[in-house]
Amino acid sequence: MIETLFLYLFAGTALGAAALMIVLRSPMRVALALILCMLSLAAVYALLEVHVIAVFQVLIYVGAVMVFMVYAIMLLDDRDGPRTARYSRLLVPGVGALVLLLAILAHGVWTSLPEPTLAAAGNLFALKEFSIAFLNEYWLHFELVSVLLVAAVVAALAVLQVGRRKHG
Amino acid sequence: MDKLQLLIAVSMALFALGLLGVIVRRNVLIMLMCMELMLNGVNLSLVAFAQQTASTAGAVLVFLIFVVATAEIAIAIPIVLLLARQKRAMDLDAYADLKG
Repeated sequence: MIETLFLYLFAGTALGAAALMIVLRSPMRVALALILCMLSLAAVYALLEVHVIAVFQVLIYVGAVMVFMVYAIMLLDDRDGPRTARYSRLLVPGVGALVLLLAILAHGVWTSLPEPTLAAAGNLFALKEFSIAFLNEYWLHFELVSVLLVAAVVAALAVLQVGRRKHG
Repeated sequence: MDKLQLLIAVSMALFALGLLGVIVRRNVLIMLMCMELMLNGVNLSLVAFAQQTASTAGAVLVFLIFVVATAEIAIAIPIVLLLARQKRAMDLDAYADLKG
């Protein structure tokens, strides 16, 4: 009972923070709203007893990605004065597309939700069981992902090199 | 409304709000953050389905999405830094001459 209450609370917080991201003007406030949304999603994952994902949501998203993003905002902020418009010309078509997309997704998903299988769902996502399953069945994906990360680092360095050469 | 329906509804709403942000906002950094919001919505639906069907594949896919999101940000932020240094603006209209 109390878990359901917390689930609704954190899901509502995530939705509210996401709505704030559309409305707020300053990039730093948008970043803080996104961090709030990610933290409430981590709480939702913890309530679902998928603790590994909850920990990595906080570590990777809030700890790495958003710190990087906030750093970039601090580097770049105040380029645009308050006179620049907040929304592009696509505001009305965008909201229309949002309603249409939600309607289509809701119709498509609601008609085909999977039946719940209750067998041993509890400890499947415990740290030990999940790690063993991860590194036994999905070791190839794990290694390929490390190749992707190396490629991303090299690409980021290459982008910065191009900029440096152009500016002298 | 049971738990799975609630989670799927929240994830759809997060994805749609992120897409709306990408379409509607004009600041490049805010558009990037809205893309992260879309990825978060997809992650929530993956975790909900994985937990519901008691299979690890969905949770493993969430890990891969974490890595892809990190790589995306690691490449996108330097590009935005270079653009902002060159055009002295974060507004999308300043980049209109990039249109091919």
